[in-house]
Amino acid sequence: MRSFAQAMIMALILALTSALPARAGSTHVAVAANFMQTATTIAAAFKAATGHKAVLSFGASGGLFMQITQGAPYEILLSADQDWPRKAVEAGLALGETRFTYAIGALVLWSRDGRATLGDEALRAGDFRKIAIANPASAPYGQAALETLEALKLAAVLAPKIVQGASIAQTFQFAETGNAELAFVALSQVINRTDGGRWLVPQSLYKPLLQDAVLLNTGQANDAAGAFMAFLKSPPARALIQRQGYETGGAR
Amino acid sequence: MFGLSPDIWRPISLTLELASLTTVILLVVATPIAWWLARSQSWWSEIVASVVALPLVLPPTVLGFYLLVMLGPDGPGGAIASLWGARTLAFSFTGLVIGSVIYSLPFVVQPIRNAFAAMGDRPMEAAATLRASPWRAFWRVAVPLARPGFLTGAILGFAHTVGEFGLVLMIGGNIPGVTKVLSVAIFDFVETSRWPEAHALAAGMVVFSFVVILSMSFVEKRMGRLAS
Amino acid sequence: MSDAAISISLRDQRGAFALDASFEAPGRGVTAIYGPSGSGKTTVLRCIAGLHRAAEGHVAIKGDVWQDGASFRPVHLRPIGYVFQEASLFSHLNVRGNLLFGARAATGEPLLGFDEAVSLLGLAPLLDRAPLTLSGGERQRVAIGRALLSRPRLLLMDEPLSALDRAAREEILPFLEQLHERLSLPVLYVTHDMSEVERLADQIILMEKGRVIGAGPLAQMQSDPALPLMGARDAAVSLEGEVIAFDQSYGLATLEVAGGVFLVPALKAQVGERRRLRILAGDVSLALAAPMGSTIVNILPARVLDARQSGEHQMTAVLGLGEDGEGVHLLARVTRRSWEQLALAPGLAVHAQVKGAALTPRHTGQS
Repeated sequence: MRSFAQAMIMALILALTSALPARAGSTHVAVAANFMQTATTIAAAFKAATGHKAVLSFGASGGLFMQITQGAPYEILLSADQDWPRKAVEAGLALGETRFTYAIGALVLWSRDGRATLGDEALRAGDFRKIAIANPASAPYGQAALETLEALKLAAVLAPKIVQGASIAQTFQFAETGNAELAFVALSQVINRTDGGRWLVPQSLYKPLLQDAVLLNTGQANDAAGAFMAFLKSPPARALIQRQGYETGGAR
Repeated sequence: MFGLSPDIWRPISLTLELASLTTVILLVVATPIAWWLARSQSWWSEIVASVVALPLVLPPTVLGFYLLVMLGPDGPGGAIASLWGARTLAFSFTGLVIGSVIYSLPFVVQPIRNAFAAMGDRPMEAAATLRASPWRAFWRVAVPLARPGFLTGAILGFAHTVGEFGLVLMIGGNIPGVTKVLSVAIFDFVETSRWPEAHALAAGMVVFSFVVILSMSFVEKRMGRLAS
Repeated sequence: MSDAAISISLRDQRGAFALDASFEAPGRGVTAIYGPSGSGKTTVLRCIAGLHRAAEGHVAIKGDVWQDGASFRPVHLRPIGYVFQEASLFSHLNVRGNLLFGARAATGEPLLGFDEAVSLLGLAPLLDRAPLTLSGGERQRVAIGRALLSRPRLLLMDEPLSALDRAAREEILPFLEQLHERLSLPVLYVTHDMSEVERLADQIILMEKGRVIGAGPLAQMQSDPALPLMGARDAAVSLEGEVIAFDQSYGLATLEVAGGVFLVPALKAQVGERRRLRILAGDVSLALAAPMGSTIVNILPARVLDARQSGEHQMTAVLGLGEDGEGVHLLARVTRRSWEQLALAPGLAVHAQVKGAALTPRHTGQS
């Protein structure tokens, strides 16, 4: 009986480990909400390429930073801007030399009907009740939206019509359900959709949405974490990122 | 007000307004529902009870999402809003009231239903044998006897609305003075690291919750004494 | 239906219980609905009140139809007073509030004024009390007062004394007896306690398993051989008679009934008063000839009318008082041996020896 039990245990262990290549690990990545879809495809490619698993958590970059300061178990931060990763380094929670720009975001004005294609004309016409932006205090795309409106000298005029979504996903929901006629969202959210009208906001109107990644202290000793950071810079990952509507500048 | 800055007292007053209005509406809406549920023999009354209780179980974000669709131009909310020339009930105080009423409904229906049920059939029968029409019997006998249930329901409904967060986030749009209620304001302060304001408001909410719980046990004690 | 004052016909099925009860009752006095638990008495009362809707029913009071095949008048429109087994007072009102609850919406002639009701039921010291602070007996008195003040034309009482202890019951019975005398209100009184029937009822309706097995004047029903009352262990007859004399020195009242007179112990009795007399079957024995020098005070001529076997070795005879046997009926328990040895049989003239005749207690003290 004893040898039978031993054999069963051995078989169990073999079964569990044979599915994985040698030394396969996993890493926990905090991802800005706007990068959700892209990050998911990257994680799949990452798994196929290296056998390592990337566990993803999404949220507004500011919120994720808050959680990190409170000891959340993330090992990598993929932010929607450069500020939060820099703050993480300054707070001694991340490794400065690992910081790089993994994607450059594009701001888009979107509407459920076709009006957004008119771009700034639609904004100037003011023929709408509500325009949704992400909360500028915690979402960089929201900040970019405000910058755009200011550059167009429409910020004061349109202020009463602005409604804020807690995250970029929610902002999009407002427009998708028709509650807001227009919304400033990320290109990546609409790149694979054919419905609605869109206007790619000229880069000159807002500060570039450089999205930085940084390795957190918690991930320092984790091979899988390092592998993920490396994978992000690799050509296959870059191709995926660009396909989703981002630019990828060279690593800093 | 008390020398507090607007971004502190405006969410407070907005929240109190929302909670008060919601509670009053709920007392009116919940009472007939609670009465019917307490007295009904039909098999589908339990189905109705479950529907009413849904907000207890559904995550506020799920509720919020469906509300967003319902309040918008695709749903009945849009039709109602068009009566006064608006497109949607979302992003408005009215929309928040509607959402709060649905969200806090089970908290008001349940205690009132229990109070009516605890009364049993006899008081209404006795009232009927004393010439009281069903309407008169309801107001002169059932409502006074169920008073602790009304009190509990009002307290719970009020407190629950004050604590509402996920729902408001989904349909509110975070407009100061209109839909930026206390819970959202605290969230914002935390997100932007404005700790003193966050602490002040959060501490206030803790004190408030404590007062609510105290008054609930006081009401329950009184209810217990009356029943013995 | 005839033009009897209260005309009831009910048919209903609830689960395994089938109700099929029809009876008539007079428009005055107390009619008891008597039977064992589960016989349907309370259901009948609730149907008459309208609290339960019988599948088929006909309820008419003094010509006013409350229910028939085509219509059903709701409870609050029926001029009834209902006294439940547990007083069921409104706990959010004090005694005064309870008493006046039905008075406001009531229509028709008032039965009695507020002060009259209060004094009749001894409620004056209780008016500002809360129902929960009252004793069981006090609560029932308030419940009765509350029902009376709602101007009922029919009073329905559902075992009002069952939930009370002996003392409370004795406390209230006098009030009920007074009601009986003072108000000309028909009362339907449900009970499973024969002593209450004996004290209060003029008519009795016997129920068993959802059916009415007999209805009529009390004394008549008590001595009806076809009915189970006669065969009960404490079978008795309740006779009503007039006090024609009172001997204070011996504490004996002379009560005249049809067919004879009885001498009964009494603390106080007024000539001309009508009193009830209860005579247990077991207290009546028979003699072929009038015995001499017996300590039994009441020995009356009578005639055997009927007899039934009421046990393995026991007979119960129905006697008619008077030489001709035309007076009120008495029951007598006789051993089978004596019955056969004395060759007793219907038609025979005998002497009834009544040992322990008791006047039903009278409330003394309050007016």
